[in-house]
Amino acid sequence: MRVELRDIHKSFGPVRANDGVSLTADAGTIHGILGENGAGKSTLMKVLAGILQPDRGEILLDGAPVRISSPAAAIRLGIGMLQQDPLDFPSLSVLDNFLLGSPGGLVLDRRRARDALRRLGARFAFALDPDARGEDLTVGERQQLEILRLLRLGVRVLILDEPTTAISASQRGQLFAALRAMAADGKVVFFVSHKLEEVQELCDAVTVLRRGRVAGEAAMPAETGRLVQLMFGQEPPRVTRARLPLGPPVLELADVTASDARLTLEHVSLQVRAGEVVGLAGLEGSGQRLFLHACAGLAPVTRGRVRIAGRDLTGRSYAQFLAAGGAYLPAGRLGEGLIPGLTLTEHAALAGRHGTLFVDWRAAARAAARHIGELHIRGTPRTDVQALSGGNQQRALLALLPDHVSVLLMEHPTRGLDLESAEEIWRRLLDRRARGTAIVFSSSDLDELLARSDRILVFSGGRVAGPLDAREATVERLGELIGGKGV
Amino acid sequence: MLGASPVEAYRLIVAGALGQPERVAFVLSAWAPLLLAAAGLLVTFAAGLWNIGVEGQVLLGAVFATGALRALGHLLPPPGAVLLAGLAAVLGGSLWALLAGALRAYGNVNEIFGGLGLNFIAGSLTVYLVLGPWARPGIASTSGTLPFAPSLWLPTIPVPPLEVPGEVFLGIAAMGAVSVALRGTYFGLHLAAIGRSLRAAHLRGIPTTREMLRAFAACGGLAGLAGFVLVTGAHSRHQLFPLISGGDGFLAILVVLLAGRSALACILISGAFAAISMGSLQLPLAMQLDSSMGGVIQSLLVLCAILLRGLRARLVSREG
Repeated sequence: MRVELRDIHKSFGPVRANDGVSLTADAGTIHGILGENGAGKSTLMKVLAGILQPDRGEILLDGAPVRISSPAAAIRLGIGMLQQDPLDFPSLSVLDNFLLGSPGGLVLDRRRARDALRRLGARFAFALDPDARGEDLTVGERQQLEILRLLRLGVRVLILDEPTTAISASQRGQLFAALRAMAADGKVVFFVSHKLEEVQELCDAVTVLRRGRVAGEAAMPAETGRLVQLMFGQEPPRVTRARLPLGPPVLELADVTASDARLTLEHVSLQVRAGEVVGLAGLEGSGQRLFLHACAGLAPVTRGRVRIAGRDLTGRSYAQFLAAGGAYLPAGRLGEGLIPGLTLTEHAALAGRHGTLFVDWRAAARAAARHIGELHIRGTPRTDVQALSGGNQQRALLALLPDHVSVLLMEHPTRGLDLESAEEIWRRLLDRRARGTAIVFSSSDLDELLARSDRILVFSGGRVAGPLDAREATVERLGELIGGKGV
Repeated sequence: MLGASPVEAYRLIVAGALGQPERVAFVLSAWAPLLLAAAGLLVTFAAGLWNIGVEGQVLLGAVFATGALRALGHLLPPPGAVLLAGLAAVLGGSLWALLAGALRAYGNVNEIFGGLGLNFIAGSLTVYLVLGPWARPGIASTSGTLPFAPSLWLPTIPVPPLEVPGEVFLGIAAMGAVSVALRGTYFGLHLAAIGRSLRAAHLRGIPTTREMLRAFAACGGLAGLAGFVLVTGAHSRHQLFPLISGGDGFLAILVVLLAGRSALACILISGAFAAISMGSLQLPLAMQLDSSMGGVIQSLLVLCAILLRGLRARLVSREG
């Protein structure tokens, strides 16, 4: 089956996730969809799988236009998608999961299903026990089960969204072999990934997306440099900026190991000095947030030491991080940084900790008015922070920082902001830096990382490379490291 | 449907509640525990907590108050014993609420389930005490413990033509104090922040666990005071009997649900609820309707109000 997507548009509010994407994949090929986080890969595939409806555009199967109104409709047309996190029912057995979604009458034919499961599994060397419970399977096994289920439903187009994120190397080998076998069978496989090496190893052709558009297409094998350039764009013009004399170390990590539910960071060491800016590069979810949380006492540190402004805070709480002069501005400006439903005055009152019983509302209102004036926030002291635009929310967050901050940890300082607002935010941040604040920020904008950082750490699947000197780093080198090459 | 005119039923409820000064006094004494429990719930609701365990906290307050009066009634002058019984009730309710809070904060048990479980335990505790250790001499009957002497009752305060039970002033004062605390103190501001976003409140540096436990303790303390009033109130039965709270805690939840965050609305709605409960006692006599119709009417009011709120929210979100 030949799959064609023509001029697909899909917006979420103001965000254009897909902005006129077209691509063609022939029967019997593995087609890579490559791009940074937020490039629109998942959206495009969800449109093809009937999970999302495009605002505009056409899907053609073997040249005939089709309308795919739901995942069930997609299955009927022979299109199935394996989600990043396989959607199965943990409390059911492997066999019952396998049966889910099967067409047919009222009565389940478990015996035939058992045969089919064994037969299909043997063909792709997936060894699954039909009577095991879903929750006892590894992510890799759940994936295998889901693939077999889709194949039994007669899928001829299989979409895999970042399938290798959480599986072992041997399972990856099995998966790739199975995908090749399916392609040899004449099926179309869409392989969504941000890992250059995997795409190069597996795919016959690749479409690179950037900011919702097709940045380019390539037949494989293709040069790494060309793919990186398609993913991340051209080298930004270098900004020359004054180097400041640096102060004493204010953030020190010595051989730190930390983990959350998804990732483990191991043996990370870093020293950041007062007045220094360190950027954290990497695709979203590669460990940057875990790194910042480990510094801030928000994620448990299982090994190594963390020192803030000379104080050993290993294993201490977030409150002690704040007390040591640390500050953390999370990616979620509303709901993590600011409290939705409270006004600027209420936030000002929360920021000034006075240790009294009663709130001095007048002083809080004055402080809010001062913030509004100094940072040009468009609003009044009584404005609910929910009503502020993204840029105004970010300015409000900066305004609420205490006067003296030794280490400022920040996620995506300018994400979603227009150029002018972004410039303004950085002016404020560099102002702080000139007063001796060390800034550690994560960003998915390579231009921003290169332009603003002194040094850059690169995260890829929980592994950390660097720090690189930002003056010597290039987009290509960063792109390779981000994609998991040479880490 | 029930073979009785609803309008007539409403007229009877109103007449039954407010027809005579004595009846008004009964309404007022039914109002006081509702006020106290609702005042407590305003605190936990501000923090976005569903303190379903309030019913059990009322019961524990009644148990602690009874225990204190039994132990101290003969030792201290009556006003001292009553005062200490009130403090004991606050302590009992607080501890019971802190248990639900600790289950939530440290055991990761949702306060709704923790509270429900604790309600059952508290209910069983009253049955056990009434039938066992605190049974009347000679007989073990579920009708209650030995009533306390009139010197241990809360006083009534004459406001002609009424004799207003003293506990009503306690309830109003509690409402006022909670209202001021929620608006004017850092505690109140912290709870508002926690209620809006626990995550953001934590990241803003608010000690969320401590403040949530404090909210539970405050609510439990006020609920405990409601239990105290049920035992010692001017028109109460002046004894502990099984499930003495009689659903006042749950009714207070409905009050706060309807009133939102407004203390004034709480005062009015709880007053209306008390009137409906008392007034509906007239229904069986006059119309051969069961007095539980009062509960049906209250529930209908609540459902209508929640439905309206839901529709309004839906309209707003559609516009936005």
